[in-house]
Amino acid sequence: MFSGFMVNAWLIGTIVAFVGGVVGFFVVLRGAAFPAHAIPNGAFAGAAGANLIGVNPLIGLGVFSLGAALGIGRLARRGRADAVTAMALVMMLALGAAFLSQSTEYEPEIFSLLFGEILGVSRGQLLPVALLGLVCVVAVGVLYRRLLLTSIAPEIAAAQGLRPELVDTAFLVVIACATTMTVPVVGALLIFTLMIGPPAAARCFTDRAEMALAGSVVLALLTVWASLACSYTTNWPVGFFVSVFSAGWFGLGRGYAHWRSHASFEGVTDHTLVNVA
Amino acid sequence: VDFLFEPGFFSSSPVHVALVIGAVSAVVSAVVGVFTVVRGQSFAGHALTDVATTGGSASFFYGISPLLGFLGAGVLGAGAMELVGVQRLRGRDVATGIVLGVATGLAALYLYLDATRSATTGAAQQILFGSIFTIASSTIPFVAAMSVVTLAVIAFIYRPLLLSSLSSELAAARGIASRYVGLLFILALAISVGLSSIAIGSILSTALLIGPAATSLRLTKTLRSAFVFACVLGVVCTWLGVLFAYDSYYWFPSSQGLPVSFFIVLLIFLAYLASGLRPIRRLAQRRRDPRDGVAHVLVTSGNAAVH
Repeated sequence: MFSGFMVNAWLIGTIVAFVGGVVGFFVVLRGAAFPAHAIPNGAFAGAAGANLIGVNPLIGLGVFSLGAALGIGRLARRGRADAVTAMALVMMLALGAAFLSQSTEYEPEIFSLLFGEILGVSRGQLLPVALLGLVCVVAVGVLYRRLLLTSIAPEIAAAQGLRPELVDTAFLVVIACATTMTVPVVGALLIFTLMIGPPAAARCFTDRAEMALAGSVVLALLTVWASLACSYTTNWPVGFFVSVFSAGWFGLGRGYAHWRSHASFEGVTDHTLVNVA
Repeated sequence: VDFLFEPGFFSSSPVHVALVIGAVSAVVSAVVGVFTVVRGQSFAGHALTDVATTGGSASFFYGISPLLGFLGAGVLGAGAMELVGVQRLRGRDVATGIVLGVATGLAALYLYLDATRSATTGAAQQILFGSIFTIASSTIPFVAAMSVVTLAVIAFIYRPLLLSSLSSELAAARGIASRYVGLLFILALAISVGLSSIAIGSILSTALLIGPAATSLRLTKTLRSAFVFACVLGVVCTWLGVLFAYDSYYWFPSSQGLPVSFFIVLLIFLAYLASGLRPIRRLAQRRRDPRDGVAHVLVTSGNAAVH
């Protein structure tokens, strides 16, 4: 389990879990689950298009996820954000269907873009993933205060002259970056579930932003490690285990929050986070 | 005429089925879609297509009717979203995400098991993308009947649904149980989405649900005209898309046409973009409200609904 191709899987899984935990904390805080689903899922069309014209799929993924991030950010200023996201997603998927109809792509490759192929990671894929992951984490670090303020205290953010639509777009670009790096390796499903379940669970356990962020990373790491072990033993897809464990953490977190709110009449609130910000 | 309609368009029976099923799905999706967009449930509407397709891949595995798989999974998923979701908008977002994640994970598992057990290729692609040209004409009566049921549910809860979508306070003051109205609505949404994803594929299902509704809500002044315009737009885009897809078989020397979903989505997307070119009405402009553009429509038609 810890030799040969599995070493690469453990390494890359750890990187992806770390990035997913960090970015996911803000995905949940900002209610950005739909773009976090739409960008990785739609970006696969870019890979299909790149295959068609004989370019590196990573470039296609990057172009499509960045285009989706900027397009959603731009259009959402005039329309409803969720409708805009849905339109961007279906347009990208439809382009993907068109590309696939023109190519001789094998079905297993589509399957791996959606559901991942983490056990088939090569050493050469490690460096680009690690670099893009570093970019994401640094970007979140730089934007940290702005992301927190615009999410939980829009009035204070406005008073400080922050422009929420710019922060929104910047965050969508971070999601796009995380997507480009992870989709070819772990698939669209895995990165999405990692960005929802563990962070949402972590927020149930603590009211403090830093603690929730740390908890999100820890739970994401535990999820990926446990999933890799289970997948290795059963031969079932990793994505299945990641989604089940992520949902499991969330269930535990909600149960804990429920129990605590009944014990002390205090729920998880945004106000406690404001004090920290 | 031959320039526009390639030979055989009007005599081809797959085309007839596609035109009928497409129109039925477009109308039901448009009606349900207007409420979906107004209530800010686009994410749930899309997620339910993925949940339904999971049911599709599970039905392949267990050897039951795909129709049952699509509808059953959709209804279960909708129930789970309501159960997990708290009433706040942000909690709903996370609940939808969790249900969607589990459903996609199960889809991965079933597709893997399908592939290892029966080595049927093409199942994943069929389930994910579907095709309006490959459905059997025998499913038309069932799809039509379920569509009528969905529309009947919407008509039955129309007023309470409208009120609780506009203002939960107003609805509560009038003694409307918004929670149950919302539950009924999301079940109707699940059925409509499940039907359209088996009939026309999951991409088109979301496109026809959100696109025409969001476009018409930007262009019309009353909710009633929004319904009518959304239905017309959905049907027109679907029929033109079917026509283009049919013609596209003759466009390339390889006789490899482009998928019908591509054309329909492209038309819907262009219509949506075009509707955004109109200057924003002053009422919606006053602040960056997530319900912008709809606010106006709701105020006018809401009054009509109350009085």
